[in-house]
Amino acid sequence: MKKTTVLLAGTALTMASFSSLAAEEVNVYSYRQPFLVEPMFESFTKDTGVKVNVVFAKKGLDERLVREGKYSPADVVLPTDISQMVKLVEKGVTQPVQSDAINKSIPEQYRDPNGHWYALTLRIRNIYSAKRNGKPEDISYEDLAKPEFKGKVCTRSGKHPYNLSLVSSMIAYKGEQQTKAWLEGVKANLARRPQGNDRAQVKAIKEGVCDYSLGNSYYFGQMMKRDDQREWAESVYINFPNQGNRGANGNVSGMVMAKHAPNKANAQTLMEYLAGEKAQSVYAEVNMEYPINKSVPVSKTVAAWGDFKAEDMSLVQIAANQAKAQKLIDEVQFDH
Amino acid sequence: MKHNLPYAWRVGSWLLALLLFLPVIALIVEAFAPSGDIFNHLWRTVLGNYIANSALLVAGVGVLGTVLSVPAAWIMARTDIPGRKVLQWLLILPLAMPAYVIAYIYTDLLEFSGPIQGLLRHVMGWESAADYSFPEIRSLPGAVIVLSLVLYPYQYLLVRTAFLEQSQTQAMASRLLGCTPLQSFLRVAIPMARPAIITGLALMGMETLADFATVSYFAVPTMTTAVYDTWLGYGSLSAAARLSALMLLAVVLLISMEKYSRRRQSLFQRDSGYDKALLIKLSGSKKFLALIWCWMLVVFGFVLPAFMLLKYLLSFYKVSSISDLLVDGTNSLIVAGSTALAAAAAAILFGFYQRFQPGMVSRIPGRLISTGYALPGTVLAIAVLIPLSLADTGINELLIALGQKPVGLVFSGSIFAVVLAMVIRFSAIAVGSVEASLERISPSLDMASRTLGCTIPGMVRRVHLPLMRKGILTGLLLVFVEAMKELPAVLLLRPFNFETLATSVFQYVSDEKLEYAAPAAIALVVAGLVPLIVMNWSMDNSMGSNSPEPSPQQTKQQEAGHFECA
Repeated sequence: MKKTTVLLAGTALTMASFSSLAAEEVNVYSYRQPFLVEPMFESFTKDTGVKVNVVFAKKGLDERLVREGKYSPADVVLPTDISQMVKLVEKGVTQPVQSDAINKSIPEQYRDPNGHWYALTLRIRNIYSAKRNGKPEDISYEDLAKPEFKGKVCTRSGKHPYNLSLVSSMIAYKGEQQTKAWLEGVKANLARRPQGNDRAQVKAIKEGVCDYSLGNSYYFGQMMKRDDQREWAESVYINFPNQGNRGANGNVSGMVMAKHAPNKANAQTLMEYLAGEKAQSVYAEVNMEYPINKSVPVSKTVAAWGDFKAEDMSLVQIAANQAKAQKLIDEVQFDH
Repeated sequence: MKHNLPYAWRVGSWLLALLLFLPVIALIVEAFAPSGDIFNHLWRTVLGNYIANSALLVAGVGVLGTVLSVPAAWIMARTDIPGRKVLQWLLILPLAMPAYVIAYIYTDLLEFSGPIQGLLRHVMGWESAADYSFPEIRSLPGAVIVLSLVLYPYQYLLVRTAFLEQSQTQAMASRLLGCTPLQSFLRVAIPMARPAIITGLALMGMETLADFATVSYFAVPTMTTAVYDTWLGYGSLSAAARLSALMLLAVVLLISMEKYSRRRQSLFQRDSGYDKALLIKLSGSKKFLALIWCWMLVVFGFVLPAFMLLKYLLSFYKVSSISDLLVDGTNSLIVAGSTALAAAAAAILFGFYQRFQPGMVSRIPGRLISTGYALPGTVLAIAVLIPLSLADTGINELLIALGQKPVGLVFSGSIFAVVLAMVIRFSAIAVGSVEASLERISPSLDMASRTLGCTIPGMVRRVHLPLMRKGILTGLLLVFVEAMKELPAVLLLRPFNFETLATSVFQYVSDEKLEYAAPAAIALVVAGLVPLIVMNWSMDNSMGSNSPEPSPQQTKQQEAGHFECA
């Protein structure tokens, strides 16, 4: 018994030392990976003197916020896609932010009218194709379901947020019936069970496992920058799908302010900073994403991929189909 | 025998058990909340598939793990195989390898662009994947192999101990009656080691059931996948809780199977010492086969992956990462150390409660907390958050009502939450190992020491704890090793700016940068190796040599002379 008491006391002491934090600070829950956002945090701290504390997790931060309730230490949440942002708003863990600085940086279609969420970067769901077959004149998501693509398509899990968003947009444009038929068609064309991440699919194209894959735009630039992955990227073309009709499917990463943010002023400063030119150009140059701030140019590498037409339906409208998309993917047993 | 256990002990046991079981209760309550038609939808579509995969995986790991470990355990316990002293602890080392790390390494080696297929293409003149077929490592069989390679040491440890504790004279008798060594193994040693084998199966089964990182990397959807999908994809915690409750049921089954197999274990106690002269002498092809078998396990479970990690380390080493490594390592040690101590303390508390107040009631606390073993980490994390955040809110409201400043999330926002989750997850290991060591202590010792005037705490301190040292140490170290490797619960529950070695490895690997993860992965493996070596050394001291513990002499000393409890 004594032992237990001593132990509990010890644990309490250790944890007390962890929960004591510095004075000027802002607390971030980040779905985005450390290497994507840490450069921004470092320059933010250098410019403002405000320390950034972060918890990184790919899953479940929304649920943690809900459970923590009004004593949650979180100030800002950085989601990786629109459906995560909408979910956070629906769960009531966000608060509206009104800032002229942010509104000046972020175009209207990329922010919530009530100020609950703001997009930070845009990325396109591209179709990569094998160089050995020549550059396709025109390619669409619908093509991937055609019989002539049998055994030629690779993708990551259908349930990954990036694919879920694509399917949600397909439902918005084409309806559930056609989307289901499309999913079945793509599944029948898969060269292997969905696995790995977007880059692993490009690698598979290089290895001759398949000829086409779905993948986000910025991965192409990131592969080019890495010695061990450059030859994967060099074996494929990056194609912007559906240029003849509705345009390419796009998605956004973004930011929201937590409902019970204890450091509200610092949170707003950080959000303004992330939307501002300095951070936006890091997003563009380091992460190879399309900056949401129109005064910041895309990186030279990304610009070389050419102009493109993107879908114009509102992101919220597309995100509303997320649950239907998940159900369809289960129904056609896409991942098996 | 019934003793009058101090009231505080009983109450303490129940309170602690309830505290540790609270998150599971929260989960069960959640499971009864309405979840719309998601559960039905899953049932109609993918759930059958997932359950089948989970069942196949658990069965596959059970069979392969046993096939790998039992012969190795017998060879180590019964034969004079060369290098026995070294091999017997080398065979435990895969336990220090996180399954997900080994999964990444084998994928790297065996996939299309890996060295093995590359060599094959070079030799055979193939050009692309279409020219030949090669078994896919990212598959159910691949997952079975990888998980078996890192989980077999559980089975090996338990079964080797059982073999060591079997009277060698029985083996000798079977040989005299005309059995070959193989027949003696199959017809005498194995049936007598059955309880240990079943305990090992249960442990491997629960570990497999809770695995998420390996199966998701291999794209093999299991029950854990279903739990994640329902919760994070469909946003229904109650449907996820219902699925978790199903998995809990499976764990309860595994635990009861283990208890059932142990019900007559006292019959299998060793009745004589261990004599090196009685070891079976292997020669010729048998010796060769035995050596190949054991070394194969060591090489594929540890040497090869460790070699690959070292190779990555040498090619991608950066001095700048050392300070991060130290911080992350310290965090890992703090978390795993507190988890191990807390789990062992809880196990001791429950163990004595059960021993001194035998009956249905006293058995419950230990059982209750063992159920956490198969909860997937992320679900466990949320289950822990439910009661802790309630407690935090309560504390803060109270402070405000008293006119004080609120203190924030002292439980749910600190490493307390992380440690609690891991204690819940791994205390089953400590409980099992402490119980087993308590069961070996004859009740006559209790009677004798009480007759000699011991109070219960005095007896526990002077008689039981010294005799249980080995069991406690084993539990402590196994929990420590497991807690070092734990990933999903830490990821979600950790406080701000808090990385452990495991989360740091994961961060690189999820970005397809296995090479950069090497320093942290190696630190993780080394931190797991030290306790394993200590543990083996302590077991070796007590069993591998000629002095079984407790030696009759020591026991007599304790029973008579050195006894001044009162």
